[in-house]
Amino acid sequence: MTLAKDKVGIICCSGEDLPEGTISRVATRLVLEKLRPESTVTLCLPLFLAGGEDERAFARVFPTIAVDGCDKKCSEIGTRKYSGKPAATIMVSEILKKHPQIKATSREKLNAQEMEIAQEVAKEIAKKVDELLCNQTKK
Amino acid sequence: MKKQVVIIACSGIGKSLGTVGRVAMYKVTDQLRPKTTRTVCLPLLTVGDAETVKLVKENPCIAIDGCPAQCSKKNIEASQGKLAYEITVTSVLRENRKLKPEGVIELNPEGDQLAGILAKKVAEKVDDILGEEKQ
Repeated sequence: MTLAKDKVGIICCSGEDLPEGTISRVATRLVLEKLRPESTVTLCLPLFLAGGEDERAFARVFPTIAVDGCDKKCSEIGTRKYSGKPAATIMVSEILKKHPQIKATSREKLNAQEMEIAQEVAKEIAKKVDELLCNQTKK
Repeated sequence: MKKQVVIIACSGIGKSLGTVGRVAMYKVTDQLRPKTTRTVCLPLLTVGDAETVKLVKENPCIAIDGCPAQCSKKNIEASQGKLAYEITVTSVLRENRKLKPEGVIELNPEGDQLAGILAKKVAEKVDDILGEEKQ
């Protein structure tokens, strides 16, 4: 299988039960829609189990970044278990720790402060995308 | 602990259909049936989290799926959970063709309306399931 040299796969946990999961989802969409639309793709994490070999080959085709909401690390673990080791992991809960004044509470729709966190997470993802693509170009 | 219906929406982030399913799930668990329903993160089933697998084995579950891939339903089944009902957003969309959902981060008003219709169906199903469990 050939490696897609110009794309990075972003796999977020999407955790529906936690605000951090919603932040991971929104941050991923911000990268896909606005920050790096030409160089990123995604896959719904539960498709690793529900889908077939095509989905499970995802991390073998694309270098991947796992975006996890909490320390259960579903995205990192799921990607590694079904597809391949992610090139990087970004933890929303770790980024939230840098902002102790912000308590994430919204699961359905982020408030303004939570949206700022999602934007910060999105910038971290975009930075990592650039690093991965730069490293691939050097190879 | 009192038995609750576990409502699990798909994690779809590629299309607005996933968001419709998720918003519908929040409408049920937060507004329509907050005392008798709860949710869990679907990816916890994907990775086989023991606590979450136990929860879906011991409680009736409703799968809300955005697309025909049916990730929620398939992950519940793979965990040997008690799947009591399944519904896809596409089936509700077929009955409400005028409501075209748009947006993944945030739904347009039509998408939100569609989520409301779906949520009502799911809430009614919750009552049926709990009624049957009591008998």
